[in-house]
Amino acid sequence: QENLDAQKTAFVLRKAWTLYSVTPLYGFRRGRLRDYARLLSAFIAAEKQKGLAVEVGVELDIKVALSSLADLRGSELDQAGLLVQLSSRSRASSRNSEDKLLWSGWFCSMFGDDLSENVPENFTCLPLFLTHGAESYTALVGSWFQKTFDCCFRRLAISPLNLSWMVAMWAGYKLDRAASAVELVFSMPRLSHPLDISYAIHPEDAKALWDTVQKTPGEITQGEVDIFMDCLYAHFHRHFKIHLSAAKLVKVSTGIASAHCDGIVKILHSQYLPGVLMLLTELAISQIQ
Amino acid sequence: HLATSLPLPSERDHLRPRIDMVVFMIDITSKYSLKNVETSLAHVDANFFLGKVCFLVTGVGRVNACSIETNAVCKLAEAYCSPVLFCELELEGIRAATAQRLLRMLQICAGHIPGVSALSFVSLMRNSNDD
Repeated sequence: QENLDAQKTAFVLRKAWTLYSVTPLYGFRRGRLRDYARLLSAFIAAEKQKGLAVEVGVELDIKVALSSLADLRGSELDQAGLLVQLSSRSRASSRNSEDKLLWSGWFCSMFGDDLSENVPENFTCLPLFLTHGAESYTALVGSWFQKTFDCCFRRLAISPLNLSWMVAMWAGYKLDRAASAVELVFSMPRLSHPLDISYAIHPEDAKALWDTVQKTPGEITQGEVDIFMDCLYAHFHRHFKIHLSAAKLVKVSTGIASAHCDGIVKILHSQYLPGVLMLLTELAISQIQ
Repeated sequence: HLATSLPLPSERDHLRPRIDMVVFMIDITSKYSLKNVETSLAHVDANFFLGKVCFLVTGVGRVNACSIETNAVCKLAEAYCSPVLFCELELEGIRAATAQRLLRMLQICAGHIPGVSALSFVSLMRNSNDD
């Protein structure tokens, strides 16, 4: 796996990103980023005028910046990532005050060859979109992109099946320093009052379990993930007489990253960023297709 | 007759009518339901697998709540030479249509349809696998 420039990708770490899948963008020109920033800025200002104000009572000048993330790509076939940032400079503050970052969103494709291989010319494939910030800004930016590049955004939910894949994979990664516990959160179905069960496992125990299950390093099969999860379920049942396999897995957390079924991820470690992004790109592509 | 797992309690054996068909229900949101079915299958007499067993996968409308791979269910059904039906019980139309299909299958399994036996299900399945 390539080692991404830690400084350039630092903005990704330790933030909760909301995931979307995006269909290919039509007519996107990498050289026109400044123009696009200007157009998006004008669009946001116009929407504010229309009364669709994002923040009531606060006068904000919204500054838009678009930049390429050359490092955020997997193979040569991938498009470089695209970062969109909305910052504010309050009119009341002095000339020297710094812009405050209000919202960021970035498009990326990490080994998304399955999609980019099959698109006609003039389409740019960046199937994964991650946002951090108010939902109202996400809606504004999203609708501008949809209008301008004829693409479609959809929230990317993560099924329990995919969450278990993630926890098995991430629990097996080696971490240099002391890692946090591997945690799985389950939601119990069909109860009058919602009940969540949090199952925390010592990271070394989880890694030891995965090491006995995984046969080929670098390769993971569904069968291996099933065995890993079955061991965890069996252990829990032995102690608490509850079948976690009948509940819905809603969130997984490891020292590498955490993911929630509503399509929210947090990546904690730059070393495994490409792997995590690759998995998320795959999920985004299967939602598109 | 509904049961949460097999084998059926032996105390009621003498009161039970003849069993013409067994439908194993698998909830796609529950890994446990698949495990339960796998264990229960062991208690079914081999003769039933000549067209009198069917797998019914429910909850397929909720793609984002999947805890089981549909591939795994299809492989299981293939191993037991039995058909799989997919449905979403929450939708009335699909629920009614599925019930009608099962009823039709049951009529055949019970021998109420002249000229068609449960064995035809097995041969029908083989044809679709050849595609």
